[in-house]
Amino acid sequence: MQTVAERVIARAKELFFSGEVRRVLGWERGEFQHERIPALYETAEQLEKLVYDEYCGPNLSKELIALSKLEGRTLAILKPCDARSLNLLLREYRVDREKVYILGAGCTGMRGRDGLLLKCETCRGKDFPVFDEAIDDEECRKVPDGDRFADVCRIEQMSGDERFLFFRSELSKCIRCNACRNICPACSCNQCVFDNPDSGVSSKASADPFEDSQFHIVRAFHVAGRCTDCGECSRACPQGIPLHLLNRKIIKDIGELYGGYEAGGRSPLIDYRASDGEA
Amino acid sequence: MQGEVNEFKPLIVAFCCNWCSYAGADLAGSSRLSYPADVKIIRVPCSCRVNPLFILRAFQRGADGVIICGCHPGDCHYTTGNYYARRRMTVLFRLLEFMGIDRQRVRVEWVSAAEGAKFALVMNEFAGAVKALGENVKLGDLRCKP
Ligand code: SF4
Ligand code: SF4
Repeated sequence: MQTVAERVIARAKELFFSGEVRRVLGWERGEFQHERIPALYETAEQLEKLVYDEYCGPNLSKELIALSKLEGRTLAILKPCDARSLNLLLREYRVDREKVYILGAGCTGMRGRDGLLLKCETCRGKDFPVFDEAIDDEECRKVPDGDRFADVCRIEQMSGDERFLFFRSELSKCIRCNACRNICPACSCNQCVFDNPDSGVSSKASADPFEDSQFHIVRAFHVAGRCTDCGECSRACPQGIPLHLLNRKIIKDIGELYGGYEAGGRSPLIDYRASDGEA
Repeated sequence: MQGEVNEFKPLIVAFCCNWCSYAGADLAGSSRLSYPADVKIIRVPCSCRVNPLFILRAFQRGADGVIICGCHPGDCHYTTGNYYARRRMTVLFRLLEFMGIDRQRVRVEWVSAAEGAKFALVMNEFAGAVKALGENVKLGDLRCKP
């Protein structure tokens, strides 16, 4: 019997050769054994390189902003978490739904150099909120029971000064490469506040630690209520900064205070109740 | 004498909405109520105009405390602006606290145009609380030091 991965690849090829889609968005092998990088396939020859296996962590949904502007339909292979991110992009009218064909690919958790990715340990669920067809099996539908907020709670229990030092030392590693911003599916403004030369955070090396705080508070807050908890910011960071902690703290608070939200649903921050607690 | 010269006077930035709190501050002034001279008022159209960046910038440039004042819930000139500000600031303040910034350095207060006395009271109280915390070091920027 074919595995899920084999079925996904076979189906992607089938749709490509039948002319249903113009191009296929998937992954290809990178330099390292554990590395898979996003790749766009436009010819039959290229398509031979398409892979889908336990290392396909990168979230492809954001690529669809640009790809859905091209002529013809694009097939995108999306894992359940990627589909959640796409759901947000659809709600924000960033992606033209007609121009994409979503091939949902079942996933048993993705791995990186250091084993199972953090986002997979705390997977939100294996349903596809948006798809044209999905290929999975029993095994792919099992959701791990990792506690999403365990790390946040651990930090909450520290004293204020400990928390400050923890974040200051983590954030001081930032080289302002903007990878966390660029990969984030919730970060899709054409012009970003950080592209403004006057924003004070454009330099590669911080002139003052304030810059790190400013960049990271604003980055996290700009996606408050919209973050899809895909964990890509932390995965993409070349410096290994646990950025998702800031986002998860916001998600946790919004959940406790205003009842939470699902990626692509209505953000509680564009809503209110007269009975809300005071700040 | 020496003590007086060195006494720490916190710099407070108060974002006041045009319709209620700014008028409230005005009333405090014309009623000759006193509040610390180191409260610098910045007028904004509505409390929800306050972007988190404004707050960070204020701290960067030397503020020791930042307070946002707006119309009472239900009385917003734009009907609902202060409700959004309330949710936004609640989430932001919790994030700042999570990152180890003293929670008492930021505050939201509702002050109507008729509440000159409340304005003075709030500012005196807030300035006192910030004074007790001392200078803002965590979010300051050395480049902005005088
Ligand atoms: S902030 Fe991080 S976890 Fe949230 S949507 Fe963006 S990349 Fe994903
Ligand atoms: S990806 Fe990491 S190093 Fe790059 S800007 Fe973001 S936090 Fe800084």
